[in-house]
Amino acid sequence: MANNILIIAEEREGTLRKVSYELVTVANEMAKNLGGAVEAFVIGNNVGACAAALAKTGVAKVYCADAPALAHFAPEVFAATLADAIGKAAPSVVLMPATGWGKELGAKVAAKLDWGVATDCIGFQVDGGTLILKRPVYAGKAMATVKAKTLPVIVSIRPNIFPPAPTESPAAPIEAVAVANVTPRAKVVAKVKKESVDVDLAEAKIVISGGRGAKSAEGFVQIREIAKMLGAAVGASRAAVDAGWIDYSTQVGQTGKTVAPQLYIALGISGAIQHLAGMSSSKVIVAVNKDPDAPIFQAADYGIVADMFEVMPVLKEELKKVLAEK
Amino acid sequence: MNIVVLIKRVPDTETRIQIKDGKVVTDGIAWIISPYDEYGIEEALRINEKHGGGKVTLLCLGPEEAKETIRKGLALGADDAVHINDPALLNGDASVTAKVLAAALKKMQYDLILAGKQAVDEDNAQVAVRVAELLDLPCVNSVIKLDFADDKKSARCLREVDGDRDEAETTMPALITAQQGLNEPRYPSLKGIMGAKKKPITDWKAADLGLDPAALAPKLEILRFDPPPARPPGKKIPGDAATATKELVRLLREEAKVI
Repeated sequence: MANNILIIAEEREGTLRKVSYELVTVANEMAKNLGGAVEAFVIGNNVGACAAALAKTGVAKVYCADAPALAHFAPEVFAATLADAIGKAAPSVVLMPATGWGKELGAKVAAKLDWGVATDCIGFQVDGGTLILKRPVYAGKAMATVKAKTLPVIVSIRPNIFPPAPTESPAAPIEAVAVANVTPRAKVVAKVKKESVDVDLAEAKIVISGGRGAKSAEGFVQIREIAKMLGAAVGASRAAVDAGWIDYSTQVGQTGKTVAPQLYIALGISGAIQHLAGMSSSKVIVAVNKDPDAPIFQAADYGIVADMFEVMPVLKEELKKVLAEK
Repeated sequence: MNIVVLIKRVPDTETRIQIKDGKVVTDGIAWIISPYDEYGIEEALRINEKHGGGKVTLLCLGPEEAKETIRKGLALGADDAVHINDPALLNGDASVTAKVLAAALKKMQYDLILAGKQAVDEDNAQVAVRVAELLDLPCVNSVIKLDFADDKKSARCLREVDGDRDEAETTMPALITAQQGLNEPRYPSLKGIMGAKKKPITDWKAADLGLDPAALAPKLEILRFDPPPARPPGKKIPGDAATATKELVRLLREEAKVI
């Protein structure tokens, strides 16, 4: 039985988000056990280059919906167009990025088609044709093992968990998909530029966060400098956000962002349960805190018991040296 | 405006989740309204405080114990509530939950539906979006600012998604989901808490919604819960701040190979 897999790639300002390539890796692995072809779908305005990049990842075909009407996210148009592409590809599994965009689009299409969605998966296995997913729940305080009782199913995959697929295969054919003829009632009309956020927390390789120990908004100036040196995203604990030192959109934890970077540096963060939930699946965790009994040290691979303000200047100097060697 | 707010009872975010025999141990857990839903309640109250008129109704699918959670929402200022209180409807997945809520909403009057962008227990981030689709309503997800046109026939929103912000528009009625930043939820007043006891909560069962629980087949089944994988014990780097920091950078480079 052919169980085709359809990947939904996500583009942002004309380039594919890294998670799109990670989905190819997942799809190839799934296809080994499920059988069937791996195909991909990209949607947006001027996404020809994205489709071409996707076509070189080893997928069998790329469906591409490319039109000015898709310049901004309009859930009704995107979901109807995706439903058309799903109709053509007839997949058993649709893989989406577990980003805000992917989660919304996945849920909407699923309701349209009456399919299930396993959100934010970090692992999977195929057991005699049955797809079993692993997904963090309670922001990572527990793991759920979930069975897809029916196929087709939509599975969204957390960014930064799987390695991206290389783009060195011969180009696969690209098939145009027409935009669904829907007049959207809800739609995005403009992007708003934000000054401070240059690296997205969810996809960052390195996250450096400050907490109560940062003492003020000034404390985050040095944190930002270090983040810049490392190409890292800046995060914060709820205490720092509640104190008004930094924008709430940087909050890491159960009521903020969940992150899983290669390296998470927690400066002056005590490690409340809801913060730990949001970052404890990071690969390497560094904690700097004055209090040797702070719970954050139990999650940390490397801990320094010291005032973050004594650590940051040395950290900058040392990083400067080390990064120059690269 | 008549506003319905979808709310869910979830464990307090400061609660440690204990697992036994593949199940979440619910004894001793403190329960709260899911924080994103609380932004929804607050926004509903502010809309009617500002524009006057209309009712704020809470809609909750949950066990009998969820009454306590619903009362908390009423104490904040909501006018009344509908509690879908039927054990036969509790064990569905997001697709089933959305169908149940949509069936209830079909019996209700509303100009606007508000909900959290996700519940902080199972983190599915699906139910509200599905409800909108099932009711054929436009939906703006993950909203941090919400303003209405003078005629209330459309709304302008600011969304915060994946670190990006964008402006969105929708016709009304619509379903809007709340993201952190939409507002700062109030605390209940003593008067509110006392008054909540007298506010009406209507219980609905599957039959009241014209639903046959057996026909609502979940697409997904949770086989088990496990604690997250334990992290190997870390090490504290000895020495004063400067010495330890130098050693840290060396370890990150040579041992962990992450910089």
